[in-house]
Amino acid sequence: MPALFAVPAAVAVAFLAVPLLGLLGRTPWGSIAAELATPRVLEALRLSLVCSLGAVAVSVVLGVPLAFLLARVEFPGRNLVRALTTLPMVLPPVVGGVALLLAFGRRGLAGQWLDQWFGITLPFTTAGAILAEAFVAMPFLVISTEAGLRAMDRRFEDAAATLGAGRWLTFRRVTLPLIAPSLFAGIALCWARALGEFGATITFAGNLPGVTQTMPLAVYIALETDLEAAIALSLVLLVVSLVVLVALRDRWFPTA
Amino acid sequence: MRRTRTRMAALLAVAALALAGCGGGDDSGGSSGAASPGEIKVFAAASLTAAFTRIGEQFTAANGGTKVTFNFAGSQALATQIQQSAPADVFASADLANMDKVKDLVGTPQNLASNQLQIVVEKGNPKSIQGLDDLANPDLKVVLAAPDVPAGKYAAEALGKADVTVRPVSEEDNVKAVITKVSLGEADAGIVYVTDVTAGGDKVEGVDVPEELNVLATYPIATVKASQAQDQAQAFMDLVLSAEGQQALKEYGFLPPPTT
Repeated sequence: MPALFAVPAAVAVAFLAVPLLGLLGRTPWGSIAAELATPRVLEALRLSLVCSLGAVAVSVVLGVPLAFLLARVEFPGRNLVRALTTLPMVLPPVVGGVALLLAFGRRGLAGQWLDQWFGITLPFTTAGAILAEAFVAMPFLVISTEAGLRAMDRRFEDAAATLGAGRWLTFRRVTLPLIAPSLFAGIALCWARALGEFGATITFAGNLPGVTQTMPLAVYIALETDLEAAIALSLVLLVVSLVVLVALRDRWFPTA
Repeated sequence: MRRTRTRMAALLAVAALALAGCGGGDDSGGSSGAASPGEIKVFAAASLTAAFTRIGEQFTAANGGTKVTFNFAGSQALATQIQQSAPADVFASADLANMDKVKDLVGTPQNLASNQLQIVVEKGNPKSIQGLDDLANPDLKVVLAAPDVPAGKYAAEALGKADVTVRPVSEEDNVKAVITKVSLGEADAGIVYVTDVTAGGDKVEGVDVPEELNVLATYPIATVKASQAQDQAQAFMDLVLSAEGQQALKEYGFLPPPTT
């Protein structure tokens, strides 16, 4: 390594570590159990779990087929679809929220029909929060799964076909086990992203304790009046993120 | 070779955009912390947006081009920011409680205006809302400011006086966001200040809250002790409290400050 890199690298480590140390340093360790046990915090925790797991479910159901489409099927505009899939990853989340409002809000492009025909409105509902989180988190699942599909040895699938297995059986018994590492890495990233989602959620789904106030929203609101609660909640999110990272340490970049 | 060139060009373009984004806001010429004498930073409640922007223009014209940069947000957010040493020169709050929160960090506050509440609905009042009682209807989507936001506190007070229980569908972080949700058609109604309905444009209209149920919001203003531009900050505060400033506030629908 060039000697010149030593100082910037050290600065980079400090840059990333100091905020975490700041958080840990200000954590009210004595009262943290009490802070985390208040109804408002427990509601936010519960809601965060429900919404993030819901978002993961939506992402898996919609994202895995999409990953297959991108990895296996040659069709005109495939690159455009891939760009569309990665767009929520680079789009500022609050912009995503605005876009979701204009699409699925009560007067939205698609939302107005949902409202008129089915009486379904998504803003201000837990389902809306799940949708917002899925919007930003699904790309992680798709990208990871697609990479796994591209990297796997397709001869196993061919062998299964020659042995008489139908496409669904091949998927279940051959493909899925082979892409399992990439799929699980994608699910973990998707879940972590959904858990941390703020901008799209607060813009599209709103902010109501018990319905749409997930942990990041609770931290934001608490920050303005109850710093201790905000720090306690932040710590929980930090721990969860760390757990995901440690679990994924060998699979950070999905390989064959 | 061609593809690498195209990729490099794209990368450079992105980098240039990112740098432009970072560099664009830095034209104050002073340090990144306190405002240089040619500029002051005013932290003001969201409901003061239109009126203070106008007063800011008057201030710049009368003070040899001293720029006024505003930070409009919920008063509770601004008070916390000031506690965390955010570089403010003047603080104008929508209630006395938030000014009290920072009383050790600001000069002597003075009241600049009063405000009252109004129910905001979509233009044409499609849900025929007549008063606070109607907001209790479970089929209505009512949006309120969060309980810690001054507008949220005042709304709770008014609803308490009217003995009405409202389950909002969302608690917004500042009063302007309530107007936004109603004007977007996402919410049917909200409780905001009279001045917000006026500023809300032609997508919304107001439904009055009777005097006996309404709440008088008092707005205090003070200079921040840590300000590096005390004279300019005081000058801005003086302008707000002067006849000129009071006239501007009146034009935007504010009431004069309480006389005590």
